Amino acid sequence: MKITQKDVEYVAALANLQLSPAERERMEKDLNSILDYIDMLSEVDTSNVDPMAQVQSVSGNGSVTPPLRADELRPSLPREVALRNAPQSDGTFFRVPKVIER
Amino acid sequence: MADDLDLNLLTLSSARIAVQERQTTAVALIEKFYEKIDSEDRKPGQTNAYLNLTRERAIAQAQKLDRIADAGDPLPPLGGVPIAVKDVIVTSGVRTTAGSKILGDYIPPYDATAVSRLEKAGAIILGKLNCDEFAMGSSNENSAWGPVRNPRDPSRVPGGSSGGSAASVAAGTAVASLGSDTGGSIRQPAAFCGVVGLMPTYGRISRYGLIAFGSSLDHIGPLTKSVKDSAILLRHMAGHDAMDTTSSIAEVPDYEQEIGKPVRGLRIGVPKEYFPAALDSAVGAAVQSGIDLLAKAGCEVKSISLPHTKYAIPAYYIIATAEASSNLARYDGARYGYRSRNGKTLSDMYRLSREEAFGPEVKRRIMLGTYALSAGYYDAYYLKAQKVRALIARDFFEAFKEVDAIVTPTTPSPAFKIGEKSDDPLAMYLADIFTVTASLAGIPGISVPCGESANGLPIGMQVLGRHFEEGTILRLGHAFEHARATSLA
Repeated sequence: MKITQKDVEYVAALANLQLSPAERERMEKDLNSILDYIDMLSEVDTSNVDPMAQVQSVSGNGSVTPPLRADELRPSLPREVALRNAPQSDGTFFRVPKVIER
Repeated sequence: MADDLDLNLLTLSSARIAVQERQTTAVALIEKFYEKIDSEDRKPGQTNAYLNLTRERAIAQAQKLDRIADAGDPLPPLGGVPIAVKDVIVTSGVRTTAGSKILGDYIPPYDATAVSRLEKAGAIILGKLNCDEFAMGSSNENSAWGPVRNPRDPSRVPGGSSGGSAASVAAGTAVASLGSDTGGSIRQPAAFCGVVGLMPTYGRISRYGLIAFGSSLDHIGPLTKSVKDSAILLRHMAGHDAMDTTSSIAEVPDYEQEIGKPVRGLRIGVPKEYFPAALDSAVGAAVQSGIDLLAKAGCEVKSISLPHTKYAIPAYYIIATAEASSNLARYDGARYGYRSRNGKTLSDMYRLSREEAFGPEVKRRIMLGTYALSAGYYDAYYLKAQKVRALIARDFFEAFKEVDAIVTPTTPSPAFKIGEKSDDPLAMYLADIFTVTASLAGIPGISVPCGESANGLPIGMQVLGRHFEEGTILRLGHAFEHARATSLA
């Protein structure tokens, strides 16, 4: 098995996921089964292959990314609209639990 | 009036003509759709394609169109056509959840470009459609709001993740719909429900307003009753958008005109890797008879090989989950979306909000993606998968030197039972085995109904084309549809 409970806890912390003990156990089993399958990638000789991060690198002229626009001020989302979906706000800022202890 | 119209048979053009020629008003037409949705979709045990109806917005748009038609003026090209939109595509002022509890109360402040372009062309948005949470799934069982049932057999899944999009068109509760496709999420449900589903070239349609899953793989596309309707919707959504720098500046052809061109002489590749021994025999037979019909129509059929096909699922599930783990980091309970009441510190607020509101498949993918990107594993998984992706794209590039299009089954089997694969994530991932390849390469693909299994379940045939050559695959799909209708008559 590649992934242990310790790995699951470490990755969950990186991903800001709490995960219950039952979820952690299930995760270990699922990730191991998926990664066992994914391991077939190691059969492929990729020694002379560049990674493909974006489709535009292979799709040719049709998708040439347009040049950057001029750096001019444009209207953006007004503050009151941006705050409308906030779970908690004071009308100016998003409110969250205290970050720094005094 | 509207009573004479059979909603199940309405297409984009017949709906527009009915409104233009005043056989019905646009308002009466959408009221008829809402009646059908209320009686066939919304009750327990029914299809459950719709999450949210947008009556007010639909009626306002319909009234505007009725005034145009009443004055005897020509309607815009999609004038009066009732369509519905997958819930991963944002709609201004209309709740958009992406099938997730974490966006359960989210009211977007803007419209996706695809939506605003269609509305500008006269389409009427009936509502928002159910889907797998954040478009992660192949059966629609991962929706926080309950599964969608396949209108052809309610004990079976409609496919996913655009399950509601395919089911609404198949059930006739929308004339057409929008879906999104990251690894097959338009084409696979289209095949399962017996409708036409198009994933255009990467960059062909703006993704502004598409809730992100895997940004190098995400596409918006139409689900329709016919290839012609697919061509029409593509034309009205395609083209560069200043709000999405990945949207292409390539010119948008008149696809409706493209589909009328003859298919005689087109070279079609049939890749042997897509017809494995384990392929469902009804699927194999239906796709083969589809290929025979295209040959009869004058296409030249060639056997080809795409040697890296079997590595597509592993490469896809690394790349898609890695991108998802990054894209979904934004759901932290701070600015919008669900916030846990139990977090006393900022860090607890993040972790508990995500724990309480993400579903199991989303957590699994975030975990897999985070692992693949984590220190010590990045080269072995993420970088390796990107290199294999390049080889898969190269396979297609080489093949398209010899052929103009590639024909395959869309799925390895017809629609499976609800619950059949929901406990086995890997088995579920393999449902995408014939669709993820085109997603990785960024080429366009369309699924067209090509037959049925012995128990009457739809089977889809997939046609793949070169980058930005949607015209060719639409033309083949259209010719095939015609040939099949003639052969069945």
